[in-house]
Amino acid sequence: MSSRLPRTLPDLDRRNLAWFVDKGMQVFMFVGGISAIVLIIGIFVFITKEGLPFITGSMDFAEFFTSPNWRPTSEENPTYGALALIAGTASVTGLAMLVAVPFSLGAAIFIAEFATGRTRETLKILVEMLAAIPSVVWGFIGLSLMNPLIIDTFDVPVGLNILNAGIILGLMAAPIMTTIAEDALKAVPDTYREAAEAMGATRWQIVWRVVLPASRNGLVAAVLLGVGRGFGETMAVLMASGHSINMPGGIFDSVRAVTATIAAELGETVQGSDHYRALFTLGMLLFLVTFVINLTADLVVRGIRKK
Amino acid sequence: MFAATELNNGNRRTQTLIKVLLLTMTLLLIVPVLIILTMLIVKGGPVLSFEFLFSDPKDEMTAGGIFPALMGTVWLVSVALLASVPLGVAAAIYLSEYAGDNWFTRTINLAIINLAGVPSIVHALFGVGAFVLFFKFGTSILAASLTLAVMTLPVVIVATRESLQAVPQAFREACWNMGATRWQTIRRVVLPNSISGILTGVILEVSRTAGETAPIMFTGAVIFMPFLPEGVGDQTMAMSLHLYAMATQVPLPEHATNLPYGVALVLIGMVLAMNAVSIGFRVWLRGKKKW
Repeated sequence: MSSRLPRTLPDLDRRNLAWFVDKGMQVFMFVGGISAIVLIIGIFVFITKEGLPFITGSMDFAEFFTSPNWRPTSEENPTYGALALIAGTASVTGLAMLVAVPFSLGAAIFIAEFATGRTRETLKILVEMLAAIPSVVWGFIGLSLMNPLIIDTFDVPVGLNILNAGIILGLMAAPIMTTIAEDALKAVPDTYREAAEAMGATRWQIVWRVVLPASRNGLVAAVLLGVGRGFGETMAVLMASGHSINMPGGIFDSVRAVTATIAAELGETVQGSDHYRALFTLGMLLFLVTFVINLTADLVVRGIRKK
Repeated sequence: MFAATELNNGNRRTQTLIKVLLLTMTLLLIVPVLIILTMLIVKGGPVLSFEFLFSDPKDEMTAGGIFPALMGTVWLVSVALLASVPLGVAAAIYLSEYAGDNWFTRTINLAIINLAGVPSIVHALFGVGAFVLFFKFGTSILAASLTLAVMTLPVVIVATRESLQAVPQAFREACWNMGATRWQTIRRVVLPNSISGILTGVILEVSRTAGETAPIMFTGAVIFMPFLPEGVGDQTMAMSLHLYAMATQVPLPEHATNLPYGVALVLIGMVLAMNAVSIGFRVWLRGKKKW
């Protein structure tokens, strides 16, 4: 018997049609596989391409981040201060998270740890359906139903404000956060629960002392992704926040968000003008912030798996 | 010997209290939305009719129906699916059947997560910069649909990858042992066993695509158009943008103030119906799973 095999085995080298089809499909699947990477880079490149001439040209960094005066259409002296817009986004998102975080974590704990059988399935399906309601419908709800409700309840002249947009955004973000948080709780191995149960712990003691600490990273990621959603939400915030440029002073102030500004003004700008490019610069800001949030969430989740 | 102690009783009371509290929190998330939906039905229900669905808007959109917007949404969704489903399924097959566990695969997964997290208005800017201007599609169904396709690509990828990975590895190994190539195995064994799961994901994507507004505002959808689109180069009306327009742009006379509720109801009905189909399909599949 020969101790060495020949480098190629003629019998096994079947480069027939099936082999070529196989290689061809492999290439096609690979192209699909890298599409997400190509697209995310593409998004960054294309919005930068439109926004960059403003950044290197007439943009004043100090003004952009510290001035609340967003007056791009002024004839004599257009100013591009995005502070009020950033504060608008932050105030609405902040209130939304104040509403949504405790409730979605509570709901996730209930669905994952307390509910059983049919109740649990029903709740899960309901939460999933809530997540599907389009944002323009939420905006319409804010505009048509919440607006008069807030005016009547709190006796204020305008019902389109931080409170309205915050509640709407909170209701929007909650189902997503609930689903992700529930997944994080489910990822805790059942042996942990059984061990605690064998020690005589009650269900709540198990949740509080064992499941929550073990799933902490996943829950943080759920909150982060919720913040990312709130930050990037456009239509609902555009319609429910009142859309007037204000430094927010209280929850009954109307504000304008970064996303809403782009949505409202892009249609009226001349392509290539400073105003047009400034809106793309706002887009770059949004892209970078959500990118960092998503990246952080991913790193936090990865931290869990390492342990 | 095992009688409940004072401590047991105290723990049990806390437990019940917390359970009730958590249930209340869950219901507080769900019930307001159900109330809101009921109000939409009450106000929008009377507007709905065969004529409302199948006639054109009249008198500067203060009367008439929503037919062009409905057809526009069908156009936008169909073209978006043509682009995103092949690409998304290919990506999922690559990730599930070809990719190893290495930095490159992790990068792809990270890109998918990030793509799903990009704000819709940023997708709109990308659509304007890339499809409308750079590729010179102009504001058209093609540009708007491609923007939607990019945005919903992660939905298809994630759903498809999940259903591919649910096919047991032994099925593949059995096929490979017969001398089949990787692609033959995928086509004859993996895909037939996961096709219903993939369909569920596609239906979910349809419902996402139909409701999006921001990405199509500047890439191809218009508030009013006097005729139906005839090809992918035309602009079009769309249900989501129609609701935005009716709610904010069109001054409605007293007798027509319920019209936007009707539009909202049709839009939400479409989206939720498709979601229900997708969920029902999934539950049914789980029931009949053979392995």
